Amino acid sequence: MSLKPQSADWLLLWTLRCLGAIAGAIVIAIVIFLVLEALPVLQQVGIGRFVTDPSWHPAEGFYNLMPMLWGTLLAMGGSVLIATPLGILSAIFCQYYAPKWLANLYRRLIELLAGIPSVVYGFWGLVVLVPLINRLHPPGTSLLAGIAILTIMILPTIALTADASFTKIPSSYLLGAASLGLSRWGTICGIVLPAAKSGLFTGVILETGRAIGETMAVLMVCGNVVQTPHSLFDPIRTLTANIALEMAYALGNHRSALFVSGLVLMGAIALLVVIAEAISQEEIYG
Amino acid sequence: MAKKKGVQKSEVRSQKSEVNFLPCSPASPASPSPHLPISPSPPPLSLLPTITVWAIALLVTATFAWIVGDIIWHGAGTISWEFLTTAPKNSGREGGIAPILVATGLILGVCLAVSLPLGIGTAILLAEFTPTDSWFGRLVRRSLDVLAGVPSIVFGLFGNVFFARTLGLGFSILSGGLTLACMVLPILIRSAEEGLRAVPNDYRLAAASLGLSRTTTLWQLLLPAAVPGLLVGLVLGIGRAMAETAALIFTSGYVDRMPQSLFDSGRALSIHIFDLSMNVSGGDTNAYGSALVLVVLLLLINGTAAQIADRWLHKF
Repeated sequence: MSLKPQSADWLLLWTLRCLGAIAGAIVIAIVIFLVLEALPVLQQVGIGRFVTDPSWHPAEGFYNLMPMLWGTLLAMGGSVLIATPLGILSAIFCQYYAPKWLANLYRRLIELLAGIPSVVYGFWGLVVLVPLINRLHPPGTSLLAGIAILTIMILPTIALTADASFTKIPSSYLLGAASLGLSRWGTICGIVLPAAKSGLFTGVILETGRAIGETMAVLMVCGNVVQTPHSLFDPIRTLTANIALEMAYALGNHRSALFVSGLVLMGAIALLVVIAEAISQEEIYG
Repeated sequence: MAKKKGVQKSEVRSQKSEVNFLPCSPASPASPSPHLPISPSPPPLSLLPTITVWAIALLVTATFAWIVGDIIWHGAGTISWEFLTTAPKNSGREGGIAPILVATGLILGVCLAVSLPLGIGTAILLAEFTPTDSWFGRLVRRSLDVLAGVPSIVFGLFGNVFFARTLGLGFSILSGGLTLACMVLPILIRSAEEGLRAVPNDYRLAAASLGLSRTTTLWQLLLPAAVPGLLVGLVLGIGRAMAETAALIFTSGYVDRMPQSLFDSGRALSIHIFDLSMNVSGGDTNAYGSALVLVVLLLLINGTAAQIADRWLHKF
């Protein structure tokens, strides 16, 4: 609509602009407050020591975030590696294998799975999954439990995005494939997956963001020992869990250091948004 | 693509190289048809993908059934009218969840009271009053994209610093609700914007040709017509806010007494589950009950959203 607003509309327009500006400014406010709170420790201690310090003992002035960073990266990497094929194959099941009624039912199920809160997943992991892993290899609360719970949690994200991007594939592609006599699996590998590539990448990025940011579930099943894990059965602590655990009693530089890890998380999310943006640009111009 | 084609498969495949220019070929320029072996593939191999795909669907369904079944199985025994209407005793091991339900409701109320006007206003601005290529619209949209991805614990940090400390609200229902309001904004705005965009353009043209002001058009025509989209946004927002835990730990706090005002600390249902299972030994029974209440509420809420969205999509 490019009609010029009448003079009576200026009130509405400026009210809306103010509301929009507030909504848009929240992210900026978040970053500003994180930086303000993180600044003391960054000035006194410097960025380098977050990597080079011997350990994470903020009370004694040691601020090594690396074990937590490894925890986050390994839990994220493992769950994304497992959830991505499972999610994409789930969407393929919906679109190309299941009869229509079953596909609708399955889609609804995945939507429900997406709606279950993280604390319930964490609780289930704690009372069901952790004892099972404990029987396999004590102590049970471990990187493996974290990966398993995260996989279940992010699977709906990739499955629903993949399903949506499969729906957008022009039906002429599929008709062409059918008329060439391609098998169902041949059509999927040769035509469906390449055609839906950018949508699938977006899905992977979304699930990665969710895996990085997840707090409660990993806090409940990972054991929260600050260490770089050497096996799947070692307990780990992620950056997010670290904030949730220590924020309650942290003071001074310790508190500041937690805000530094908050900034690291924000940075990771911003990076993912930029990558997603780049992919969608490529989709349009590439 | 049923079984019939399998019969003709090998025959058609031999002609594949000649007909490669057909519409399907531009779709896969990078991969020079690795899926087409020259020799006809043996039947067991072609069954493998089918079996895998069905097995994965079965696995996901089974996991879902396991989680929900476990919570219903263990939680159903706990739930009673008494559980819902009495206060927790002995740090939650006994008693019910009445104050927790009230606190959850109040936090939700604060969250919606702030996020609804803000979100719907922004959605109207983006959908009706901002050209898609304007710098302001793009900036707001970009920042909302980032906001949607911000981890909930970071919202917790922000809420703790800004609402609880800088604004001096302390650990209170108000701080928690305001923090959640920031969090649900992106969902709310996206659904409301979609709702507004789904209103046919004829409405706007007809209103303009009648000489109605944009304000009148908005209030009398566009908003009523966009109600389904707004409702979906509202319901999804409620769902997201109710499921949230991490953002509330440092903003609305842990206190499990019945809140007397919005400035009191109040424990949300999700925090109650977290606290019972992590910090209270022997709290699992009541944690199961609370988890069942939360899951049922959320399934109802999300089901409603899906229902509204479905009906509304059929309408247009």
